Order: sequence, then structure tokens, then C-alpha cells
Amino acid sequence: MEVVLAILVGILYTAGVYMLLRRSILKFIIGIIFMGNATNLLVFLSAGLIHGSPAFVDGTTTNSAQLADPLPQALVLTAIVIGLGMVVFILALKYKFFEVTGTDDLDQLKQTDSQK
Amino acid sequence: MNSVILQIASKYVRWLLVIFSVIILIRGHNYPGGGFIGGLLAGLSLAYKGFAFTPELLKKEIKIKPEGYMGIGLILIFISIWPGVFLKTAIMQGVWFTIPFPFTEGFKFGTPFLFDIGVFFTVIGVTLLFLFSLSYEKIWK
Amino acid sequence: MLNLLIIYFLLAVGIFLLPKSIKLQKGVLIAVVHLAAFIWFASKIQFISAEKPIILFAHWIPELGLNIEFLLDGLSLAFALLVSGIGASVFLYAHSYMKSYDYTDKFFFFLFLFSGAMLGLVMSSNLIQLFIFWEFTTVLSFFLISFFHEKEVARKAAFQSLVITFFGGLGLLAGILLIGSVVDSYSLNDWIAGSEKIKESSLYLPGLLLILLGVFTKSAQFPFHFWLPEAMQAPAPVSAYLHSATMVKAGVFLLARLSPALGGTAEWTFIVPLFGVITMLIGSYFAITQTDLKIILAYTTINALGILVLLIGIDTRLSIKAAVLFLFIHAFYKASLFMVAGFIEKKTGTRDLNELGGLKKSFPITFGIALLALLSMAGLPPMLGFLGKELIYEAKVQSPGFGSLIFIFGVISNIFMFAVSMRLIFKVFLGKPKNSYNVSKIKNVMFVLGPGLLVLLSLIFGISPNFLGKWIIDPAMSVIYAEPVKAELKLWHGFNLVLFLSLATVAAGALLSYILIKKDWIEEKWRKINKIIFPVRFPEVFSYALEKFVAISVSKTKVMQHGYHRYYILTIILFTAALLWLQLYFTRGWHLETSITFQPFYISGLVLIIVLATLFTVLTRSRIAAIIAMGVTGYGLSLIFLYYSAVDLAITQILAETLMVVMFMLILQRLPVFARLSAKATKIRDLIVASIFGSAMTLVAIKAINVDFNNPISEYFMANSYDKAFGKNVVNVILVDFRALDTLGEVTVLVVAALGVSVLLNSKKPKT
Repeated sequence: MEVVLAILVGILYTAGVYMLLRRSILKFIIGIIFMGNATNLLVFLSAGLIHGSPAFVDGTTTNSAQLADPLPQALVLTAIVIGLGMVVFILALKYKFFEVTGTDDLDQLKQTDSQK
Repeated sequence: MNSVILQIASKYVRWLLVIFSVIILIRGHNYPGGGFIGGLLAGLSLAYKGFAFTPELLKKEIKIKPEGYMGIGLILIFISIWPGVFLKTAIMQGVWFTIPFPFTEGFKFGTPFLFDIGVFFTVIGVTLLFLFSLSYEKIWK
Repeated sequence: MLNLLIIYFLLAVGIFLLPKSIKLQKGVLIAVVHLAAFIWFASKIQFISAEKPIILFAHWIPELGLNIEFLLDGLSLAFALLVSGIGASVFLYAHSYMKSYDYTDKFFFFLFLFSGAMLGLVMSSNLIQLFIFWEFTTVLSFFLISFFHEKEVARKAAFQSLVITFFGGLGLLAGILLIGSVVDSYSLNDWIAGSEKIKESSLYLPGLLLILLGVFTKSAQFPFHFWLPEAMQAPAPVSAYLHSATMVKAGVFLLARLSPALGGTAEWTFIVPLFGVITMLIGSYFAITQTDLKIILAYTTINALGILVLLIGIDTRLSIKAAVLFLFIHAFYKASLFMVAGFIEKKTGTRDLNELGGLKKSFPITFGIALLALLSMAGLPPMLGFLGKELIYEAKVQSPGFGSLIFIFGVISNIFMFAVSMRLIFKVFLGKPKNSYNVSKIKNVMFVLGPGLLVLLSLIFGISPNFLGKWIIDPAMSVIYAEPVKAELKLWHGFNLVLFLSLATVAAGALLSYILIKKDWIEEKWRKINKIIFPVRFPEVFSYALEKFVAISVSKTKVMQHGYHRYYILTIILFTAALLWLQLYFTRGWHLETSITFQPFYISGLVLIIVLATLFTVLTRSRIAAIIAMGVTGYGLSLIFLYYSAVDLAITQILAETLMVVMFMLILQRLPVFARLSAKATKIRDLIVASIFGSAMTLVAIKAINVDFNNPISEYFMANSYDKAFGKNVVNVILVDFRALDTLGEVTVLVVAALGVSVLLNSKKPKT
């Protein structure tokens, strides 16, 4: 399954980069989300996949090696929430850009400096 | 979006969801859940009424502003940092004590839990602020 | 020592806060501060001359070898005495000189800070700290030179000196780091102790060259000498201070400072004297034909700096002695001459030699001062300069290596210097007065007090040099020579080769100056010949090079910063992909431990759904459909997380995805529909780029599965989660306890992002 998921990571990255290179603002942001998802999956994958034994311990747990690695999970959890904040921020920023310039085309970004 | 069912449901389901999110927050230390999840859920629940009616109504109705939630959360986090310095050796180190509670072995309370509550409130504030900001103009009619 | 510096910097800032009545006297006040510092340093003479340096050490960033280290030994004491003593006289002079200008607060602030920085420099014994003071003097000198910033020439000159000395400063820093890496310390003591190790190291030569670059630019050595005459745009007190005791002497100081650590090798005794000789010759040669009073003096400073560098480079006992003595001689006469020049310019309105003349009558006291100073410059008895010249000759005669050449050039240069001095005396003060000036004598007391004192000192020390020799020159010499040395100074050396040389110099110099003074046309001719022989004007070359540099930068920037958002991303992605593929190629071949399987089938199905949703998002033209499909991708991922034991992760992903979709929907109606903006060829190109990157990431992911973590830290978290942190959910315990600082950072980021969004969207629409 790891290899299948690795291919999924690659496909998500491909889609993300392709969307990043589009000129439309919305597609650009979707591209960022795909990149973020792909990266989260990559980090999660690198810890190894263990089915059905989440990292819950009590005083008696001894088989900690057979539990899923909690650290990448904590990191990815952080990354998801930060990614959310970032995406919303970019959304707002790009919306403001649209509001000020009146265009959706990122290539027009070049002209805004000299307009004023 | 004028759905009567949604509007009626929002009145009651909203508070159920908020209570649910608080439970998720409290059990987070031992079972799936915690500040982030609880906070996101609570934020969405509080905003629920905004989806059913208008964001303006929600803005008027809500008692604590999003910035207020964020402030409460950050203050709680700030408070949770210091006991480790004075009672233990390092900053942010966990300090625990047990609150006796009838019929159980007691409720364990510690600074990491306080920290989680802080995260909970901050995430509520952030979620609400996001939603309020993005729905600034009257779009949802 | 540190206290002294702190006082300096505090007082400098305090200038602005003084009440108006006291402010009028600020020049005098600062002079008094300098005098106090001078007395403090002088009181340490006896202590330090007994080979006991005063050391101050404090930790700053010890891990990086950066410490605050101050050292007051013979050498720094000599420089500190010069800085504070000449500083006192300069400030006294500046008090009168600057009266007629605006913004004097700023002027005194900069000059005060400047002398503080210079004091800090000479007392530093950590080279990084020294570098900081070094750059400090550079920046401040920029402000001082450009004080008359209304004038374009002043701005240009200041910029030029800034660029050149900063350029050298960078070299110096690189050199310090290189040599510091050899002995693993930036402390001067360690450098001297590890001197042998440094000299054997392969980094010695590059390090030395870089440090010398710093020294040569600062001390205006050939081929960087040209900034010094240009810097004459500064007010006269600044010139007097910069040339005599500070700025340009910083390079000489560093050279002397590092001489025990780096000196004595074949490279040192070749490179340093070579540049010194060239500079010395250039300085004296060009001084002769100039007509601007201050520029003549600037060239003589270049000459003096050349001599100092040469002497330190020769690195014999005699040459070091001569160098330290000459340092004082030069400081005395140069400071007073610049002050006199400034005075003359102020009173007559010109500093062109052809328009001046016969000033003896109008300014008798000034004439006396200038005469003594010029005698010292020409190297005539009974001034200290005579002593210095004798010693320099002696040093040159006895210098090893290409000594005979040095010695011939030295004589030539001194003949020129003699001629320059005579020319100044005759052209400016003697001869027919071109104009008559009436000046009240009382007002001028302040003007002549500073230079007068310095010249008197020069005279007194010339007649009885042993006080200077025993208390100041001996300790300084010992530091440079790194062993106790005694210097005997006498005005009269008896009849020997050196005296004969002096006589010959005087005779030739007198002849030359006679010709120059009597026959103006020879001078004219000479100037014309010079223009033909030396067609290259350094400042012009400099500004040409600078213009070209800027032009290249502009065209390069236009190519790099084209302003197209997509192409920036394209560049970044392509480079990243190239690096990844390169690394994958280097580490090719792996042992795949897991078998390729599609079991369990529902996860495979899920992956298929995710892929389809992703493709749909990319291809669809409907925005709402795109966002919902994107949501499907996210939910699918959360199910994968859930299946592989990441419960918290799955819940968070679901909630975050929900929130994200909601927000997209919120803002969607305000954005225009997808426009078909890209051509087909562009899309194919983008797809290829994306595939290259994506496939690299797949390989990275497969490699990452098999990375063997030695001792995962998770084991610690697992073992201690319940016992120490009282939590069964390890992920949550990591978030709120083990790695709570990360979470704190994350929460901060969220808050900042939320506030940013709020500010961005709730602000009023700008009126266009």
C-alpha cells in the first residue's frame, strides 16, 4: 500500500504544481491546498503505515513499537491547521488583489506597481 | 438560503454541538480530541446560525467577539506557561494536581490542560474571525 | 575603558538635549571631555610602560568565539593619546570654525561618535569587535565628509569613500574569518600565540591579502589612494582629525596590531613595503603640482601613510621605532596644517595657491604655527620631524631585502616633501600680499590655540625627545615587536651617512623648490606632462566602473525580476525538481522492503476516488464543482489517516477541510468565473513541469518509507506519556506538553493570520 500512497503523493503534487502555474487566482489557491495535502501525506507516509493501533497508551503498554508513530501525526496535525490559516490568508490577500485591480489574471500583478 | 428546517435546527443543534465540542476538548488528553479539534468544531457550531440566517444576525447576536475569544485563549496559554518556571525547572513544563471529585478517583488538572483550553478558545476566535471577515459584504441572501 | 566608551556615546547623544545656552559652547565642552580622556590615558602611561596592559574581558557570544575584549597596551595607548589629545584641539578649533554653519548639532554628534568609535577600535583586542568599530568609523566618516551635502561634489566624494572603505571592510572581515578559522578564535592573544600555526596554514596568504585589502583601502594606499584627496570636501576640522589621528590611521593601527601575529614572513615583508613605497612616491609626487591647499595636504598624508605602511612592512627594530615616532610627528604637523588651511580658507575665501600670498603680515601667529609645522614636515631641525626623517633613513638603509631601492625612493620622496613644504611657505605666507585682511586678534585665539599647542609639542619633543621615547614609543614598539625594546632618541646623531643623506635631501629639495617658486611656467609644464604620463584619473575610473556595475545589475534584475508570478513559481519548481532528481540519481538503487500490493482493496478504491477528484478539480470549468471535488480529495485523505491509526489527524483534517470549503464558498461569489487564460501549449508545458516534480516526489516518498530512523524520539514520548504527562492520547500529549512550544508558535501563526485576514478584508476599499 505504501507504494500506491507514494504514487498518490506524486499525483497530488503534480496537480498542485499544475494549478499553481495557472493564471486564475482561485486555481492558484487550490494548487496550494493540493501541495499542502500532498506534503501532509508525505510526512505521514514516511513514518510507516500501521493499521488499527493508534498511539494510545496507559501505564501497562509495553508494545510501543507496534503502535503508530505519534510524532509525525502531531506534526501533520499542526501542519493541517497552519495550512488552513495560510490558505485563508492567501484567499483574503488574493481577493483584495482582485478588489483593487479588478482582474483575476495573475499576470496583471505586474502592472499594479506602476499604475499609481 | 432560506431553509426553515435549517433555521429551526440551528437554534438547538448549535448548543448541542458546542457542548459536544467541550466534551471533545476535555477528553482530548486521553482519547481522540483536544483543543484544535474542539476549537474548530466549536467555531463552526457557533457560526452555524450564520449559515442558517445571515452573518449580520450572527454578528449582532454573538456576545463575545472573535478577537475576544482569541484574547481569552492567548491569556490562558500565557498563564499556563509560568507554573513550570516557578514550581518545576523549565518554562512550559507541566504541573499537575488532582481535584477531588465524588465517586471517582478525582479529576486530574494540569497546565498542559490549561494550555489546551487556551488553544481551544484561540481556535474558536480564529475560525469565527475568518468566517466573519470573509462574509463581510452581504452575499448570503 | 568600557565606561569611557559608554560615556562617549551617551554624551554624543546628549548633545541634542542640551539647553540652548550651553549648546552654544558645545565645541568647548566636547574638547574638555577629550582633554579629560587624554589625562586619563596619560595617567596610565607609567602603569602600561611597565609592560602591564590593562585588559577587560566579558562574554558576549562565547559559542561563536565572540567576546567583548578591550586591551590597553603600549600601542593602543599611543593611539588613544593621539585620538583624545588631537581630538581636544580639533574640537576646540571646530568650535570656532563651525560657528557660521547650520546643523552643528549633527556635526558635533557625528564627530564625537567618530572619535568614540576610533577609541573603541584602538582598544579592541577581539578582531570581530574591532571590525565593528572599524565599520562604525567608515559610516560616520561618510556623514562627516558629506556634511555639506548641498554640494554634489561632497556627496560624490562621501559616496566614493564609503564604497571603497566598505569594500575593503568586507575584505577585512573575510580575512579575519579565514585566519580566525585557523586558530579557531578571534581574540588577538590567540592569534599572536598561534602565530606559527597561522603562518604555516594554507589560508595564511588569502587571509593576509584580504586583511591587507581592508588596511590599504582604509589607509588610502595605492591603488585606493584617490578617495582621500576627494574627501577634502569635508569641513576643515574633519579633515584635520581624519588625516592626523583617526580614520586613515586605523589601517596603520591594524597593520601594527597584527604585525606580531601575521608579520615577519616573506609575503609580509614583500607585499606591505611594496605598496607602501608606491604610495609614498605617489603621494609626494602629486603633492608638488597641486594648487589647492587642502589637496596638497591630502597628498602629503598619502605620502605619510605610505611611509608608515612601508616602515611596518620592513619589520626591523629600527623601522618599527621610526614608524611609531613618525606616527606622532605626522599627527602633530598634519592636524595643525589642516587647521591652518581651514582658517586661511575661512578668512580669505580661497584655498587656491595662486590666489594666496603674503599672508605673513595679516596673520603673523598663524604664520608662525604653519612655519613650524612645515619645518617638521620638511624634516628640518629642531622639529620632531627632523628626528623622524633621520630615523626613517636609518631604517631604510638597514632594511633587508630590496633595501637599496627603498632607500633611493625614500630620498626622492623626501626631496619632494621638502619642496612641497617650501612651496607652501613661500606661496602662501611670503611674497607680495595679493589682498590685505583685517581680522581681530582676540576672536582668532580659539582658532590658533589647538594647532599652536600641537606645534609646540612637536618642537618640545624635537628638542628633548626622550620623554616621548621612554614613556610612549617604547611600550608601543614592544607591542608591535612582541618583545621588550628600548628606543633611544636623540636630536643629534653625529656625523654619519644618515646626516649626509639629510643634507643632500635638503640641498636637492631647496633647488627644486627654488625652481618651482621662481619659475611658474615650469610648474605649468610639469602639470601638463603629468597629465600625459598619467592619463588615468582614478576617481573617473571608479565612477565609470560603478556606473557599469549598476547598469549590469539593472539589466540582470530586469531578466530575473520579470514580474510574472507564474514564471517565478515555474523557476522555483524547476530548480527544486532538478535538485531532487540529481539527489535521487546520486542515491539511486534502494531496497524496497514492502511489497507492491493493492490490499486492502477499499483503500485502493479510496485512492482511486481521490485521484479522480483531483483530476476533476483540475479539469472542471465550474468553480463550485472544483471546490467540492477538492473537498472530496481532503475527506478522502482523512479516511486514509483514519485507517492508518491517526484518529486525531483524521478528525482535524475533516474539520479543516469543511472550514476551507465553507470559506471558498463564501468568497466565491465575489470572484469572477474561471477564464480560459492559458494557451494549449502553455498547459502542456506546465503539465510536463508538474509531472517532473510530481514523479520526483513519488520517488522521494518511496525512499522515505525505507528510511531507518535510529532511535525514534517517539519512543520516549510513548514511554513517558502516561507516567509523566498523565495522558493516554500520545498525539495530544505531544501537542500540549512535550512539544507545547511548537503549538504555541502555531497558535500565534493562526492568530496573526486571522488578524491579517480581518484587516485585509474589513478595511475600506481604496478610492481609485
